[in-house]
Amino acid sequence: MEPSLFTITDQPLEPDSIMRQVVRSEAGAVVLFVGIVRKFTAGKRTLYLEYQAYESMAIKQLQRIGERIAEQWPGTRTAIAHRIGRLELSEAAVVIAVSSPHRRAAYEANEYAIERIKEIVPIWKKEIWDDGSEWVGDQRELTRYPVGSPKEESTCD
Amino acid sequence: MIKILLFAGLQEAAGVEQLVLDRVPPTVHALKKQLIAEYPVLRLDQVMVAVNEEIVANEAETALQTGDIVALLPPVSGG
Repeated sequence: MEPSLFTITDQPLEPDSIMRQVVRSEAGAVVLFVGIVRKFTAGKRTLYLEYQAYESMAIKQLQRIGERIAEQWPGTRTAIAHRIGRLELSEAAVVIAVSSPHRRAAYEANEYAIERIKEIVPIWKKEIWDDGSEWVGDQRELTRYPVGSPKEESTCD
Repeated sequence: MIKILLFAGLQEAAGVEQLVLDRVPPTVHALKKQLIAEYPVLRLDQVMVAVNEEIVANEAETALQTGDIVALLPPVSGG
């Protein structure tokens, strides 16, 4: 059986194998997005992350994102995998691969996918710091970085 | 009977992964009001609700029936 295009797993993600799921002879481009665990968020140093999902519904919502992409960018093929459980720094949390005959559609559809994941897919992230932890409660990171990207603190490390 | 699934901060606050109510409230809105009264530890103001894995758009008009699986979804933060 062909592996599913939309998956939730507690195992390390393999971007290359997810990309291969969407490669086909009609495609001239694949855009591969890999979301990885970042050390600094809003100036706080993350030790590791814990992801939790409402797994059955999350898979359905990922499939819906895939259906919407197929409608909006005809000729594309999409695969999405999201990891749950404990993730260390720089490990991949999400991989999105979109192939299309030409690159523009693949870029656009890939960005649409990650934005929708942050809105409608029931997955939650907990940041664990050396002095505490918190479930991240903002859907689109709009309020976390009011002035741009997170700053590194020179006093750390 | 109705099953209520808890996730993320709600699960930690309640200390359990799910709640079971023997009497089924008539609507999602009524269920939320009942939960707020019975479990003040649950912060539900930003919580979306899914019934049988479908997100509820209108909580006051969405009826509940026995056997439904209700999920309380805090703002998601995947990706």
